[in-house]
Amino acid sequence: MTIRFEDPNRPNSYIGRTVPRPNAGRLVKGRGRYVDDILLPRMVHVAFVRSPYAHARIAAIETSQAKSLSGVLAVFTGRDLAEVCTPWEGRLAHLEGMKTPPQHPLAVERACWVGEPVVAVVGRTRADAEEGAAMVEIEFEALPAVTDIRTALDPETPVIHEAFGDNLCFRKTNEKGEVDRIFAEAHTVVEESFKTARHTGVTLEPRVILADWSEAEGEMTVHVSNQAPHMLQVLLASHLGIPESGVRVICGDVGGSFGVKVHVYPDEVATAAIAKILGRPVKFSSDRLEAFTSDIHARDHEATGRIALDETGRILAFDVDDWTGIGPYSIYPRTSAVEGLQVTNLIGGPYEFDHYRCRTSVVFQNKGICAQYRAVGHPVAVAITEGLVDKAAAQMGLDPVEIRRRNLIRDDAYPRTTAAGLKLEALSHHKSLDALIEAMDYEALRSEQASLREKGVHRGIGIASFIELTNPSPFMYGIGGARISAQDGCTVRMDPDGSVVALTGVTEQGQGTEAITAQIVAEAVGVSPGMVRIVTGDTRVTPFGGGTWASRGAGIGGEAALQAGRAVRGQVLAVAAAMLQANAKDLDIRDGIVVDAGTGAERMPLAEIGRIVYFRGDTLPKGLPRELMQTRHFLTSDYPYAFTNGVQASYVEVDAETGFVKLLKHWCVEDCGRIINPLLVDEQIRGGIVQGLGAALFEEICYDEAGQLLNGTMADYLVPMSGEMPDMIIRHVETPTAESELGAKGAGEAGTAGAPAAVMNAINDAIRPLGGSVTHMPFTPERVLRAIGAIGK
Amino acid sequence: MKASIGGYARARSIEHALSLFAEADGAGRYLAGGQSLVAALNLGASAGDMLVDISGIEALRGVRIEGDRLVIGALTRHSEIERNDLVARHVPLLAKAAPLIAHDAIRNRGTIGGSLSHADPAAEYPACAVALDAIFNLEGPNGRRDVAASEFFKGLFETDRAEDEILTAVSVPVAQAGERHAILELTRRSGDYALAGLAIVVRGDRHRIGAFGLGDRPLLCEGAMAALDRGDVDAAATAIADDVDPMSDIQASADYRRHLAGVVLRRLAAELGVAR
Repeated sequence: MTIRFEDPNRPNSYIGRTVPRPNAGRLVKGRGRYVDDILLPRMVHVAFVRSPYAHARIAAIETSQAKSLSGVLAVFTGRDLAEVCTPWEGRLAHLEGMKTPPQHPLAVERACWVGEPVVAVVGRTRADAEEGAAMVEIEFEALPAVTDIRTALDPETPVIHEAFGDNLCFRKTNEKGEVDRIFAEAHTVVEESFKTARHTGVTLEPRVILADWSEAEGEMTVHVSNQAPHMLQVLLASHLGIPESGVRVICGDVGGSFGVKVHVYPDEVATAAIAKILGRPVKFSSDRLEAFTSDIHARDHEATGRIALDETGRILAFDVDDWTGIGPYSIYPRTSAVEGLQVTNLIGGPYEFDHYRCRTSVVFQNKGICAQYRAVGHPVAVAITEGLVDKAAAQMGLDPVEIRRRNLIRDDAYPRTTAAGLKLEALSHHKSLDALIEAMDYEALRSEQASLREKGVHRGIGIASFIELTNPSPFMYGIGGARISAQDGCTVRMDPDGSVVALTGVTEQGQGTEAITAQIVAEAVGVSPGMVRIVTGDTRVTPFGGGTWASRGAGIGGEAALQAGRAVRGQVLAVAAAMLQANAKDLDIRDGIVVDAGTGAERMPLAEIGRIVYFRGDTLPKGLPRELMQTRHFLTSDYPYAFTNGVQASYVEVDAETGFVKLLKHWCVEDCGRIINPLLVDEQIRGGIVQGLGAALFEEICYDEAGQLLNGTMADYLVPMSGEMPDMIIRHVETPTAESELGAKGAGEAGTAGAPAAVMNAINDAIRPLGGSVTHMPFTPERVLRAIGAIGK
Repeated sequence: MKASIGGYARARSIEHALSLFAEADGAGRYLAGGQSLVAALNLGASAGDMLVDISGIEALRGVRIEGDRLVIGALTRHSEIERNDLVARHVPLLAKAAPLIAHDAIRNRGTIGGSLSHADPAAEYPACAVALDAIFNLEGPNGRRDVAASEFFKGLFETDRAEDEILTAVSVPVAQAGERHAILELTRRSGDYALAGLAIVVRGDRHRIGAFGLGDRPLLCEGAMAALDRGDVDAAATAIADDVDPMSDIQASADYRRHLAGVVLRRLAAELGVAR
């Protein structure tokens, strides 16, 4: 039996409906349980002494004064922890030529960025630990710092890791066709330079870990605010020398992650290593300044790009040279090369063309480590692509919508492989663009813009089409040797009263995983979502899975939940058929009751089946399978990734005297395949857009030339706030993937992917008549004003 | 980071506060609304302070008319300034400034005396006080004294107030008939400190302009004031570039802030209907 998704009146039709989130009430009532809320007997706290230097040799460490404090229990250096914890290298075998040195939980010989943990001080309270940390004396010998991206590979630039001979972590060129010839012969060639600012995820709940080693049981229990518990389980096991089954990672409530919490952090591993040494629970709770210096950063890219077009405005080729600085180490285990790699894959993604070249150069610097943050590489690639497309349109006198209509891949042209080598199953660029034009009433907006322009009001409209990588297969990390699971699993169990428990390997970070899993299981089994309880984030009980990353929860975890739920349904019906002397295929489960599939006549409540199976199994035929608990795992296999698509538009007003940009309105039409919960998808898109708007206008981690962090508080690192956010209109096109019965693709990153480019194009549309353009994010009022020449360059 | 303080005591009266401060032997620090001090403590910017909490002292509260002046107790919170009828009627500039300060949560706790004593050069009240020609009442171990706003602010977070003195009240001349007040600031986000801001008081045909975010302290913009007195907005917009002395930081360069000062001035002049 297949689910008739097209029929909204089908029985148990929970997939596709807005249903309330099961965890919302608990969180709103303040009954959430975050790691910092957990208090264990004999628990102690660790604070870290972090490097004040961007690059320095550690000559000597004096800890005796700190150790003499009554509240301090122990002090550990890098060498101390190296004895119980092996170092790691964030490398993937399929990224040819990639280099990164071993990284330890605490710096051993050198500190390589401001904020790198060097010494750990354990105290009875966090205040005790901090007091001890303040008394640790470290003799640093300052070394020259590498901070600039473009000169990182110059011969006169100091080399951060001497053994490598240069500061290159990874370089790759993705090339197809005859790029040089096309550019030499093309009717129109447009060039531009782009910059996306280094920023960070700023989760409401900072990183927190509470590790507890039980020597007697040989078991490490780790409560941690993380989005990939099984990954952390196997990596902690490996580096601390414990069997994987002896490491239990529990991720309860998580206050946002956005990719910040999918990595291995030295301070977190140090906390676990210290717990193993001390044999008691140790907690580390990052504060906001530590978050700015030690959470992953992202998006530190500088690029030059060009686009070639024929006389009709048809795109012929893209040629992009992308540079990115990633700090002194590649992140473990995902690597810091993936963001640049994504740029080489995603440039020009929505368009039809044959000639392609994109090179990325990933260089080391003495700044915080950059890694995967929501929409990895997408905002960079979309900004470059859409910036070039709009600039070409302006030069050729084409409307931004018209140039896209002429070049977006046709909706009936799938499956296809793009010039960049991406395999696309089915996308809907034209349908999406049509829906966008209608939603925004494009023509009316254009005439409003023109009439206001006459009054000296400078408004602009910016469009950005994009594709988004979701539902990753092992091609992303697994083939490179990383122990990161692309498959996921779900166990569904019916309890005696007919209620259902589902345990899933995907995790809840506040995005609604538990809500959609409940909907899917409810429909699959045939009960109401209120009868389904979801368990996530405990490696001891949930099926082994990958957690939350690359927009995979609904598409991968959701399909596993659907199949597991349907397997339980099948098992229930088999038992019911035996009890009712009926044929299982003539029966159905609707709202917790076994019914005749044809007439809907009620035959038996699930509670009766539960009673018989669990308490009077003797009355059933011998040999009748009765496992009302089923596990299914799912992995995509036809395509390496399920690409989605969408298009965003931004409407802005630029104050030509001050350079201030007011966001008037924002639109997004996106296609994530089957929508499971419309409200959740809309809010995912909105939240993603907000982060993209932050990238466009506000967020920038600033370092000086010596690698000192200049903004480490919420007062000077500006996150987008509600007062500046525009109304957002969200629309959907649904093109389900045929890889799964559910047909869902990811929706978590689309908003972030397209918003910065849409705003950039809108600002440039507004200021083009004034002369100048902006392509270096964030578009601060001062940068906008300098671009239009109202003050000196 | 955990705040590291040496101690805390709650003062019952001004005299009690002064004696607690003296007992702290140099480590004393007055705590009022705590909206800047507590954040600084949590950042570890200061440690070992003996906090003398003055927020319960009744004598520091209240807004009252004394002759031709409005006297505002130092503990008056921003949200009270926002809603107080006497302030709205007699010193509309402060009523217009209060909603520009940060966000509700901060306005519900922060006090006018705290803001003035803290002397953040980008804050609204200090520039308003300068434009209003306010007088600050101080009380310390050596008695009471009054200081004019224009003499009070000495530099970045530096004032004429001695460490052991308490700013008890601000005294502002009540607005005369026809007097007009206006304030305008440019901020990256609603509630942020201003990149550039001006507060203007038009009393008769004389203008007083206080600038914030445009120097190491609130500045009285005398060149622009003289030009506005003549009704010459263009000259004022030019003059203000010399009146202010902005600093560069990661939010904005000095040049850009100086430019904004001229833009803000023109916009305020238009709002106030100053002739060109």
